[in-house]
Amino acid sequence: MNAVTPSRANKTLLWLQAGSCGGCTMSVLEVGAKGFMRELQAFGIDLLWHPSLSEESGSEAIEIFEDVAEGRRPLDILCIEGSIMMGPDGTGLYSRMAGTGKTTLDWVRRLAPRANYCVAVGTCAAFGGIPAAQPFSEDVSGLQYGDGLEGGALGREFRSLSGMPVINISGCAPHPGWIMETLGAIAFDEFAYTDLDKLGRPRFYAKTLAHHGCDRNEYYEFKASAEKLSDLGCMMEHLGCKATQAVGDCNQRAWNGGGSCTHGGFSCIACTSPGFEAANGFLKTPKVAGIPVGLPLDMPKAWFVALAALSKSATPDRVRKNATSDRVTTDPQRGKAGPK
Amino acid sequence: MTRVIAGPFNRVEGDLEVALDIQDGVIARAEVTTTLYRGFEAILAGRPPSDALVIAPRICGICSVSQSIAAATALRNLAGGRAAPNGYLAANLAHAAENIADHLTHFYLFFMPDFARVEYAGRAWFEPTVERFKAVSGHASPEYLPARRRLLEIMGLIAGKWPHSLAFQPGGVTKAIDIGERVRLAGILADTQVFLEQTLFGVSLDDILSMQTEEDLDAFRAKASGDFGAFLDIADDLALRNLGRGPCLLLSYGAYHQAEASLFPAGIAGLGGVTSFDGSRISEDVAFSWFSDTAETPFEAETTPDAHKSGAYSWAKAPRIDGKPMETGAAARLTVAGHPLITALIARDGGTSVRTRVIARLVETAILVHAMQGWLRELRLKEAFSTHFALPDDARAAGLVEAARGALGHWVTLTNGKIERYQIIAPTTWNFSPRDRTGLAGPLEQALEGVETGALGAKSAALQHVIRSFDPCMVCTAH
Repeated sequence: MNAVTPSRANKTLLWLQAGSCGGCTMSVLEVGAKGFMRELQAFGIDLLWHPSLSEESGSEAIEIFEDVAEGRRPLDILCIEGSIMMGPDGTGLYSRMAGTGKTTLDWVRRLAPRANYCVAVGTCAAFGGIPAAQPFSEDVSGLQYGDGLEGGALGREFRSLSGMPVINISGCAPHPGWIMETLGAIAFDEFAYTDLDKLGRPRFYAKTLAHHGCDRNEYYEFKASAEKLSDLGCMMEHLGCKATQAVGDCNQRAWNGGGSCTHGGFSCIACTSPGFEAANGFLKTPKVAGIPVGLPLDMPKAWFVALAALSKSATPDRVRKNATSDRVTTDPQRGKAGPK
Repeated sequence: MTRVIAGPFNRVEGDLEVALDIQDGVIARAEVTTTLYRGFEAILAGRPPSDALVIAPRICGICSVSQSIAAATALRNLAGGRAAPNGYLAANLAHAAENIADHLTHFYLFFMPDFARVEYAGRAWFEPTVERFKAVSGHASPEYLPARRRLLEIMGLIAGKWPHSLAFQPGGVTKAIDIGERVRLAGILADTQVFLEQTLFGVSLDDILSMQTEEDLDAFRAKASGDFGAFLDIADDLALRNLGRGPCLLLSYGAYHQAEASLFPAGIAGLGGVTSFDGSRISEDVAFSWFSDTAETPFEAETTPDAHKSGAYSWAKAPRIDGKPMETGAAARLTVAGHPLITALIARDGGTSVRTRVIARLVETAILVHAMQGWLRELRLKEAFSTHFALPDDARAAGLVEAARGALGHWVTLTNGKIERYQIIAPTTWNFSPRDRTGLAGPLEQALEGVETGALGAKSAALQHVIRSFDPCMVCTAH
C-alpha cells in the first residue's frame, strides 16, 4: 500500500500501556478497511513497538525503550494508554513496567520529553479516569492533568519537543476514529495548538456535545422523559444522562457500525470529561427542588426552566406515549394531503 | 541455576512478568507476576449497586461485556430477579460476539506471530508462516481485522458501543431489537461464518462441529486449507501436545445462561471425569500477593494493598477450590460440557497442552456462531427485552459467568443500599495465580516447570507458546 503522505519522512510511534484496561487499543484496532496496522502504514507511521501487536518481547522491547529514552532513536509520537499510577505515596509501585525493575511513572517521565508529540489515548491517560475514583484520587493521575485538573505526572507546563502540550484523546474508550484521525493529522504535520480545546482534546471531535445528533432529540425538545432504562424518552431528567454537558461527536458518527450510548438505550456518563469517575450514582439525575443540577452547557438556568415548562405543556401525545415505552407504539400521523 | 526475568511480556492483554530459575536449559521454577494494581474493588465500595454496571466493565477493554454480565448477574441475584427471556438472548449474542472476537484476536494477533520468530528459520513451514503471521506485517491480520470489525457491529446493534457498554442490566438489555435489526444481526453472523469457513477453517462449520476424535481432526487436516490447519501442522512438528501441561483440574462456571438453562454447564473436570461445582468452596490466599492478610472467602475478603510486603511477588491473589489451583478457559469449558474431541485430546495427552488450548478456542468459535444463529431465531420481537425490579438494601450474592478466558466471578455485599464489599476473581487470576501459603504453585507456574528453553532463556519461543496458550488477560487478573 502506498503511503498517502509520500513527500514526508515516515513518523515513528511508540505505544505504551500504563494503568490501562487495554480498551483504547481494542477500539483502534477497528479503524480502516484493513485494520490499524495497515492504516498506520498508509499514513507513513512506523510502529516502533506496541504491547499488543509487536513481536519484540522482554529484553528486545526494553532495548527499544532505552534507545528512545537515551535519544539514540528519534521518536515522533509517544502514545500512552491508561492512568499513571502515582501511588502508593508517590512511588508509582502500583504499576511497574514488567521486566525493567522501574515503574511506569519513571518510564513515562523519561520517554515523554523525547517525543515530538505526546498523546494521551483515553480518559485515563488524559485525566486519570476510572482508576482515579475514590479512594485512589491521590494515587492516580493523567499525563498532564490530574482528575481535578491539577498538574499530572508530567506537570501542567509540560511541552513535547514540538512545543505542543499532551494531546488528550479523552473517551472511555475513545471512538477508533478519534485515535486514528489524531495520529493521521500528526503524520500530516498539521496538528497545531489551536486544534485542541482548553483541556488538550482534539477539537475535531470535542467542538460539539455528545447530545448533538442524539436520536432522542425530539423527546429532549419536548421534555418527554424516560422513567427507566429501556424507555425511549430523553434520559436527562431522571436517568443521569450528561450528553448535554459532555464534549464529543458521539451521536454524529457510528460506533461499531451504527451505535452510540444513547442509541443503545443508556445514558451518557460524560466519559470525555475530567472527573467523570467521581459521580456516585451514575444512572440517577441529581436534582435540587425537582430541577436537574447539571443543566445543558451554555444554557441559562432560568431559560432552561421556562422552556422546559413550555415544552412539557406542548408535548404531542405521540411523543409522550412513546417516551415511556421500549418501542414506538404510536406512529407519526399522516397529514390529510401528505407532506406539503 | 540462572534466574532470568521475562518482561515486558507482550501480546497478552496487560502487564506480565515471569521470573524463571533455569537449570541446564530447563525451567526449574517459575514465578508469575501481575505488575499492575488499580483498585477496582475499593472503588466500587460505598457506591449504589447500579454503579457497578459503569465501573466493573472498565476493568477490562478486551472482555468488558463479560465483566458487565458478571456484574448484572450478581445484581440480579441480589434481588432474586429474572431477566426478560429476550434479555438473556440479546446479552448472550453480544457476549458470544465478544468471546469469538477475543479467541480470534488471540489466535491471529497474539499467539501465531511467535511461530514467525527467527528461531524457527529453516523449518518447512517457516516462510509461509512469516508471510501470513509475522507481527504487524503479516497478511493474516488485514484479513482478520475487517472480519472482527464486522463481527463487532453486533455491539452497535445490541450494546450501543464496545468496549464499555451500559446495555447489560439485571433485567436484560436496554434496547429492544426490531425486525430490521434482527435481519442485520443475521447478516453479520453470515459474514462471520464465511470468514471462519473460508479463512480460519477451510471447511464448513458443520465439519468442525462434527469432529469427535483425533482421527476426525486428522481427516480434517487432510482436506483443510485454512489457518487452523496450518497451526495443526506446526503443532505436530513442534510437539505442542507435550508442551505446557496444566494442573489437571479444569473449572467452568457455565456460560450463556437463560432463565432455566445454559449453553455450557458448570463443573470441575479432572482426568477421572466431571464433578459438580460448589461456589462456597472457593477461597483466595494472599501469602505471596502484595495485599494484607484477609479472610479467604470472597464474600468476606478485603483487598488492602501492601506494596512493600516481604516475600510477595504479584498483585494477583491465589484462588483455590478445596485448596487446589484450577485451570480455566475454553478447554475447561468444553471438557466440562463433555465435548468429545476436547475430552479425547486431554485424555490422550494426560492433561491440557498448548495445542489443546488453541484447538478448544477455535472449535468454540464454531459452536458459538451456531448457537448465536439459534438465539437470534428464538428472540420474540414483540415481547420485552428487559424486566425491572428493585434491589434490596441488605443482601449478598455472586455473579458467576464465563469470559472468553474462563471463570469470572463477582461477589457483592450490599448494606443500607450501598455496596459494602465487592470482590472479583477473574479467569487469569486462576490461571496465573501466584503460590499459596502451602507453596502450591499456580497453573502457569506449574505448566512452565520442565519447559526446555535451551540457550535462549527468556527469549525461547517455547516459553512464549506456553504463556500465550493461556490467552492471559492481566488487566482482569489483579484489577
